Amino acid sequence: MALTKADMTERLFEELGLNKREAKDLVDTLFEEVRCALVRGTCVKLSGFGNFTLRDKSQRPGRNPKTGEEIPISARRVVTFRPGQKLKARVEAYAGTSEQPQEPIQEQPRTSTDSE
Amino acid sequence: METESTQEITVTKSELMEVLSRKQPQLAYKDIELAVKTILEQMTQSLSTGDRIEIRGFGSFSLHYRPPRMGRNPKTGDPVPLSGKYVPHFKPGKELRERVNASVNPSVSDNEKG
Repeated sequence: MALTKADMTERLFEELGLNKREAKDLVDTLFEEVRCALVRGTCVKLSGFGNFTLRDKSQRPGRNPKTGEEIPISARRVVTFRPGQKLKARVEAYAGTSEQPQEPIQEQPRTSTDSE
Repeated sequence: METESTQEITVTKSELMEVLSRKQPQLAYKDIELAVKTILEQMTQSLSTGDRIEIRGFGSFSLHYRPPRMGRNPKTGDPVPLSGKYVPHFKPGKELRERVNASVNPSVSDNEKG
């Protein structure tokens, strides 16, 4: 099961004793503030976890994969995430660092389906 | 072609905590600090056990596999076998992608791929 904001809210309620309203507001505000910062053009650094940075990409040629028609991909600004040392180290410790990866990960984390 | 954004304006974890504290003044600052640490720890835990993270409107975190390869000792040039590993990956959600891009390209929000 993927971790969601509801799970984070629940944990703040159970472990820190915030009431559910406060916990939910806090989780919502945290992600909203990170998003607002990025929209303003500000990078966000969460030490130990990672940095969200912005990249400005210039226009480049593209193609409609269905029709083969050439269409330029317009210049755009994109968000990139660079995991911090601590996060990388803890993820590397997960199966697969050792010679023979155990069971392939459940839920196939490699396929990044857009769940929006 | 791409360039790292030139702004060095950055928001840090402690600055975020201050914003959160202003929005919820009834909470002790210590609790805000602990809450943010708890959230990031839970996210780290989730990824380090192979679970995805999905934040609607923000994006999702998952693991990407890097297959084993031959690396090199940069000092001696000797080949070194490197085992496969997983690395964290973030995919921005639609709303984040569109809002960030619209902040510099107000007109071309319709050219986004889905």
